[in-house]
Amino acid sequence: MPSETGSSTVLEFDRVSFRVPDGPALVSELTLSVSEGESLMLLGRSGSGKTTTLRLINRLLDPSEGEVRVKGVATTAWDVIRLRRSIGYVIQEVGLFPHLDVERNIGMIPTLEKWERERVSGRVRELLELVGLAPDEFACRFPHELSGGQRQRVGVARALAADPPILLLDEPFGALDQITRIEMQQQFRQLQQRLRKTVVFVTHDIREAFLLGSRIALLEGGRLVANGTPEELRGSEHPEARIFLSSLNA
Amino acid sequence: MELIRFFLERRGEVLSLSLEHLVLVVASTLMAALIAVPLGIVATRRARLGRWILGLANVVQTIPSLALIGFLIPLPILGGIGARTAMVVLVFYALLPIVRNTYTGITGVDPAIRQAALGMGLTDRQLLMRVELPLALPVIFAGLRVATVVSVGVATIAAYIGAGGLGSLIFRGINMLDNRLILAGAIPAALMALGADWGLGRVQRRLTPAGLRTERGSS
Repeated sequence: MPSETGSSTVLEFDRVSFRVPDGPALVSELTLSVSEGESLMLLGRSGSGKTTTLRLINRLLDPSEGEVRVKGVATTAWDVIRLRRSIGYVIQEVGLFPHLDVERNIGMIPTLEKWERERVSGRVRELLELVGLAPDEFACRFPHELSGGQRQRVGVARALAADPPILLLDEPFGALDQITRIEMQQQFRQLQQRLRKTVVFVTHDIREAFLLGSRIALLEGGRLVANGTPEELRGSEHPEARIFLSSLNA
Repeated sequence: MELIRFFLERRGEVLSLSLEHLVLVVASTLMAALIAVPLGIVATRRARLGRWILGLANVVQTIPSLALIGFLIPLPILGGIGARTAMVVLVFYALLPIVRNTYTGITGVDPAIRQAALGMGLTDRQLLMRVELPLALPVIFAGLRVATVVSVGVATIAAYIGAGGLGSLIFRGINMLDNRLILAGAIPAALMALGADWGLGRVQRRLTPAGLRTERGSS
């Protein structure tokens, strides 16, 4: 559907609902689209359906109703492995493989994609530099030898390994201390300005949403209640939006 | 003193029976592992089948070993008199600890790690081979260790159906009311169990990834 001029739509939610069997809907009637190069922040409280929405994109969940389309194709019509490998995924707990060193963690998907060994290690070095870790120092370390911030950097590098056009992040900086978090937010902003990935970023922190988002989608109880640029959100009259905005000045 | 002399006089016999015992234990534990590890993996993949597998393995464990031998004697192929029946019994007893530890080892992998692996596009097979099994290996090996130690004990009973091993010394001692003969069978068996526990424990620690050593490596 050619709707907006110039930018092409990469992700679309078309009246999507998701419920667990015999349970309430975690996401209801969600319609939303994300254009190429956009940074969409999914903002909301715990239980508002942000993480569920994210998992519908890389098909860790399938919609109960409606359709999620990635590059115009319904996720259910994609080969699930191909779909996931074209989408980088970063979670709060990072989920690094504890038995593999940093190089093998980052190189996992390239290796499975049968890249040659030199190409993999070249890519790993490039990515470590990109996320601000000295390759010589960090490539051979194991996850337990890293600080929380370093782990999260490796997590981001791993998500970028096969150069996916889309990046999903689920509260990636949520478990970090304040100082490290601010540092990581700044770096991520710079990274995004260089890479221009299509980003969907889950957060409950409106400051983070304003800092990193080109657009913010506010969710409440599984429903989309506001969707616009940070400036547009500032003008929103929706009660949930007002609550989040008031926390900005707190 | 007299006991030591008794041992020395029969060291040839004790040694060859120990070897027989060891072969019986090692062969049956390895065979059990070949059956139990795949069963444990299947149990993690199919929840309903998994309940059956674990339940059945539990039930087998509750059958007294002598009774199991009794049941097997009249059976064709699996049963009869001799080392083959003993192998069957030992394999049965070694199954449970290995199945259970394979299952708990894999299901015990941090869900965040599994989610990250799936989300980045590993197939189920790749998840198993590259992530879950390597992380579960120390736990699986702990099951193998328990199975081995148990087998050393159960294998002494196998002499009852003529499977040989250290049990034959013990049974002969019982029949002849000769404590020295009983000890000549029991002491090497105990040492073998302790040795297996210690040796396999060392291997287990080496298999534990450095990052997990403090959390799960012990015991």
